[in-house]
Amino acid sequence: MRVVVDLTRCQGYGQCAFAAPDVFRMARNEALMYELNPDDSRRAQVLRAAAACPVQALVVDELGPLPAQASGHGRMPERVVIVGASLAGLRAAATLRRQGFRGSLTLIGDEPDRPYDRPPLSKQVLTGQVNAQQTLLPRRGELHAKWLLGTPATGLDLAAKQVLLADGRRVGYDRLLIATGVRARPWPNPAEAALDGVFVLRDSHDAALLHDRLAGGVNRVLVIGGGFNGSEIASVCRDMGLAVTLVDRGPAPLTGALGGVVGAIAADIQREHGVDLRCGVTAAALEGDGAGRLRGARLSDGSTVEADVAVVALGAERNVGWLAGSGLAAGVWGVGCDAGCRAFNVNGIVCDDVFVAGDVARFPHPVYGYQFLTLEHWGNAMAQAQVAAHNMIAASSDLWPHLSLPVFWSAQFGLNIKSVGVPTFADEVVFTQGSVADRRFVAVYGYHGRITAAVTFDQAMWLDFYRDLIEQAAPFPPTFDMVGKPGKVQPVPAEVPQRISALHDATVVVTGHDPAERRATLVTAGPGRAD
Amino acid sequence: MPDGNAYDQFLDYANRANPYRLFPELRKTPVARQPDGSYVVSTYDEIVSLLHDPRVSSDLRNVPEIAAIALPPEHAPQLPPEFIRRDPPDHDRLRSLAMKYFGPPHSPDRISRLTPRIDRIVTDLIDGLAGRTRIDIVDDFAYPLPVTVICELLGVPKADEQRLHAWSQLLVGTNDPTTGTIVERNRRRFETMAELGRYFDDLVEAHLRDPGDDLLSALATDGEMARPDLLSTAGLLFVAGHETTVNLVTNGMLTLLRHPDVLERLRHEPELVVTAVEELLRYEPPIQMPGPRRTALADIDIGGTTIPKGSVIVLVLASGSRDPERFPDPDRFDPDRRDNQHLGFGGGIHYCFGAPLARTETQIALTELVGRLVNPRLVTDPPPYRHPPNLRGPEHLLVDVDRVEPVTRARAGG
Repeated sequence: MRVVVDLTRCQGYGQCAFAAPDVFRMARNEALMYELNPDDSRRAQVLRAAAACPVQALVVDELGPLPAQASGHGRMPERVVIVGASLAGLRAAATLRRQGFRGSLTLIGDEPDRPYDRPPLSKQVLTGQVNAQQTLLPRRGELHAKWLLGTPATGLDLAAKQVLLADGRRVGYDRLLIATGVRARPWPNPAEAALDGVFVLRDSHDAALLHDRLAGGVNRVLVIGGGFNGSEIASVCRDMGLAVTLVDRGPAPLTGALGGVVGAIAADIQREHGVDLRCGVTAAALEGDGAGRLRGARLSDGSTVEADVAVVALGAERNVGWLAGSGLAAGVWGVGCDAGCRAFNVNGIVCDDVFVAGDVARFPHPVYGYQFLTLEHWGNAMAQAQVAAHNMIAASSDLWPHLSLPVFWSAQFGLNIKSVGVPTFADEVVFTQGSVADRRFVAVYGYHGRITAAVTFDQAMWLDFYRDLIEQAAPFPPTFDMVGKPGKVQPVPAEVPQRISALHDATVVVTGHDPAERRATLVTAGPGRAD
Repeated sequence: MPDGNAYDQFLDYANRANPYRLFPELRKTPVARQPDGSYVVSTYDEIVSLLHDPRVSSDLRNVPEIAAIALPPEHAPQLPPEFIRRDPPDHDRLRSLAMKYFGPPHSPDRISRLTPRIDRIVTDLIDGLAGRTRIDIVDDFAYPLPVTVICELLGVPKADEQRLHAWSQLLVGTNDPTTGTIVERNRRRFETMAELGRYFDDLVEAHLRDPGDDLLSALATDGEMARPDLLSTAGLLFVAGHETTVNLVTNGMLTLLRHPDVLERLRHEPELVVTAVEELLRYEPPIQMPGPRRTALADIDIGGTTIPKGSVIVLVLASGSRDPERFPDPDRFDPDRRDNQHLGFGGGIHYCFGAPLARTETQIALTELVGRLVNPRLVTDPPPYRHPPNLRGPEHLLVDVDRVEPVTRARAGG
């Protein structure tokens, strides 16, 4: 049986761990670890756990409830093609069927596997609790879809309405969904990246390789990059009793996502857990032993780290190479689209038949000043895919906007870190509840006097309250009395790093004078490559 | 108001047998100000929101008149409030300390390991009914079951049970809003808790001398919880384990007898009991509203009104669980109901501590009752009810049966 916990919903009540203690485990107060594929002999206790979940976040052999059937449809397309066969693609396919689409449905994926779940890769798969083949996402009911797996898309012909495949085939569509996601940013020096012992972690293949190496015993793991992925990897390695050095170019881990104030707390936590943390430095070079095996790294401050494994966790690159020259506004920033998930062409005009969802989508969010966001969150992929799928078959008068606030979670060092809103959209941060010393707190972020985000460490039950405050554009800092309010409530600068816009990589040439002739041409879209 | 508003009618004992017909009227004003200045909340979304709102305090010491209650010397020492009546950080600390020996992360299988023992107690209780054709589900079964379990779990000698039962009843009465003002009731509660505390103090000393495999021994020997808090916690767990599951089991049997098709299905699909108990918690919850009142620490805008700072807030969980905006066909008992995010155990940081125990006991109890009672019939419908509107349940539930199957035959026969 396949267990899926929507950790976006999970608030850490622990009822599943009571009902099925062999399958669900609470690391500390809130962080939940669970078996993805418990033995069928445990079915009864897993079903008891699912029934007991107070927020119904736990489902068995499915992916959670889908939005109800749409009331009316536009003119139903005959052929829907989804490029990207991961969480967003699968969710969109299921939504299309649920909402009454009966035409032909094709899913194209570059990986050979059926859609699988990625969050466990940096957790249960690395520890060896489950193997990488066991993270396949469940599908309830038949999608009646054609699966073209292991066949990357290499191009898009907007005029002919065809997707080009690596094997030369052309797949025609009436509606297209682009859900190609991201890939791990590789180590920039190919020779060094090829050393035995250098890993990235994005897909199940990566996870299997890294797990096998770690389980075989290593002297020291060097994690390059202290974002969520790198920090989770460091956490798992420490759980496995491995020596870990983590280097991050910023002042502290997680700073890029949560700002320097909360990042400094994350740094303390990592050090308490025995991570050799080196901040404000970068890995200048990876060094081999002459026999092609990694020996260590030279850091930008001149120091060295001896390590037989290095995990490159430098973030992600969006899979847009196949869209080069297609006429869509696609580049390193992702694929631009409107809040209804309709793709922009290079002129910035929406296409009616091309949609975008998941990690690759760059969409405007009204709550954040209509700024364009790309989000690499499980919950965003789920929610946006549903909106995109609905809009692909809805009447133009019944389009849904993708307005849900970003929510994400991370389990590391026994803690459940959750966030709602956009913490980098902030100038100040204030601790409103709990205690930093106890590692249980709520940090609220504000921008120009209104609340824009909240981050909880083992305080997930309060998160929805702050979500509501963000949605109400409530004033920052909150001044009201609250339970668990610390003695001193004083906003401080959030220390959010200067946002470096990916857009500076876009070079657009505009030609023509007459409004009917004006056209944009995307000359460069950054270092995007063909996949 | 001579004929009373919907909330007054809900409190009125005359409506105890069926408060649910009053809820549609109650929900017409999701957040309703009462003549005494308190606010009654009856709709699902508003209740859930307030359960997760840090501006809502569970510590009644935020009400100045209650904070001012000081017991006369003969009642001393006055115990600190139990963690259900505390706010973070004290609440979180005390609840975690109690959880250390009750559930995850430190004792994840404590409750699941009790299953065989609960099974045994249930079997013995039903065995004791052999030869009878009339049974009082309350006195003969639903009361002794949780009491035996909680006494063993806490380490309370069975011999003391009668004495404790009297205190427990007194404490339940202090939660009943029809028995006096909130200040009067809290004074009575403090007095009873002080007595209970003296009892538990002696018991803790005994356990320290000769520790057993029970919760009180574990909490006492580990010493992390200060003694007064330990005594409050013991009182809380004893009363909560005592006065709620009895109603859940009894309401369960009553509901099944009113839905013979579901009862019949349970005989053949014992796994149905899992979702049936969740539906029961939605449909006939033992706790219609939490005993401990909450107060607003700030002005709270909700449901089209503003609850002013300092106001007492009453969450009618049972009404929220019947809100048609959240649950389709809410007045139908549907054991297959999906997405059943009922409010039977509350929500947020005060979510019922003993929920896993209550679920396990009730699942086993109902499975065995329907399996072994042959042709059960309600003698009176509705049955007589206990007085409190919040901890609501039948005083007695008389059931006639053709016979009681012996355990082996019932199991062998499916």
